[in-house]
Amino acid sequence: MKIICRCEDVTEEDVVKAIKEGYTTLDELKHVLRLGMGPCQGRTCIPLATRILARETGKKVSEIELQTSRPPVVPVPLGLLASGESDKND
Amino acid sequence: MIEKADVVIVGGGVNGCALAYELSSRGVEVAVIERKHLAAGATGRCGAGIRQQWSAKENAALAIESVKIFERLEEELGSNIGLRQGGYLIAIHDEEDMKQAEKNVEMQRSLGLDVSILESDEINDVVPILDVEGMNAIGATFCPTDGHADPSKTTHAYANAAMRKGAKIYKFTEVQNIVTDGEEIKAVKTSRGTIKTPVVVNAAGAWSKKIAEMAGIKLPNVPYKKEIMVTERIARIFDAMVISFKDGIYFSQQEEGQILGGIPPPETVTGYETMPTLPFLEHMSRTITRYAPILKHINVLRQWTGFYDVTPDALPILGEVKGLKGFIQCNGFSGHGFMLSPMVARLLAQLITGEKLSLPIDRLNLERFEKMEFEAEKSVVG
Repeated sequence: MKIICRCEDVTEEDVVKAIKEGYTTLDELKHVLRLGMGPCQGRTCIPLATRILARETGKKVSEIELQTSRPPVVPVPLGLLASGESDKND
Repeated sequence: MIEKADVVIVGGGVNGCALAYELSSRGVEVAVIERKHLAAGATGRCGAGIRQQWSAKENAALAIESVKIFERLEEELGSNIGLRQGGYLIAIHDEEDMKQAEKNVEMQRSLGLDVSILESDEINDVVPILDVEGMNAIGATFCPTDGHADPSKTTHAYANAAMRKGAKIYKFTEVQNIVTDGEEIKAVKTSRGTIKTPVVVNAAGAWSKKIAEMAGIKLPNVPYKKEIMVTERIARIFDAMVISFKDGIYFSQQEEGQILGGIPPPETVTGYETMPTLPFLEHMSRTITRYAPILKHINVLRQWTGFYDVTPDALPILGEVKGLKGFIQCNGFSGHGFMLSPMVARLLAQLITGEKLSLPIDRLNLERFEKMEFEAEKSVVG
């Protein structure tokens, strides 16, 4: 068993099974496996999943469309954001 | 691609997939056309809430019946949907709120819902992390059978069950035109071919207005950009979804432990713009930490946007359009499409197959906007 996503406990077998079930884009794998939804923001699992997806679908890694990226780039505490200044009138 | 079908559903969100399941269970040959992947629009981006506490009787009745279906859905569809009934706590901030809450609760109870009004000192019995003073609450309403489920899992559960019963689901396929003879639906032209059909269901969410235009029908729906965020996972600290109509905030701790919530962004944006904003995130962070100060230590992981497909009365448009036989609307959910989907799908399947409807939906037709005689839903958040 090879762990692909440490945050959400997803294995290579899970990814291959999902691809065989027809989920052949990174966005779909994220939706059905929660791949990349953990604290590392997909830094570990997405490059690995991209390679598995390329291998299983017979595509080049460069042909795999990246999943939609979401801010923030790193996790930020709610308390810090609450002290922000960008909408003072609120 | 198949050449003909009894029904073509435009949109692979939870409503489209649930309807595909209900129809294929009745032996109807159905095809779903989805431009992206399943649950790619509002379904997969929403707050996941399931609430029965509405001000409009139509919404409350649809939600109450939907919860009955949700409670048995894992068994019925044979897959996990992540249902968790931790209740909804709705803050009451002043006398005006209290009057509306009393009116709502009376109507909701008349429909058989277990819902009650809490005093301010009872709020922490339900959600211990709330700062009752900070949130300016003089009371709250609480319904223990409200909750949330996983919208993506629910959609895939419906879609997989539908496909087992013979439904065809075409992902990454775009609807290009709806062919009519001016009186009846004839076919749907897609990027992968044309399907002849007498019935088209418009379940395209925020894009429903564009789909209707292809058939020459004008919808009053407007897409509103909405924003939402999620935190890291933590051990369970509260069970209920907390919402406020005055502040527009909603937040809950999901099945896996993450806190998910939204609030109307400081700037209202209509149209199809999708960029998440820092002003939203700061406004959300300020409000959620005012409601529950302990959350200030929790990290935000992601923020994203989605659309509410909003009608003038915040009630969905359901049923056949007058003057175009076979053109069925299933849109305009105004931010509550996921929680209503099980019952909406069942009713539309009954309508399409000519069965007796288990709830009347005539008041939810498109024609209600011509007369402009409607009472708008007041209990909207996000």
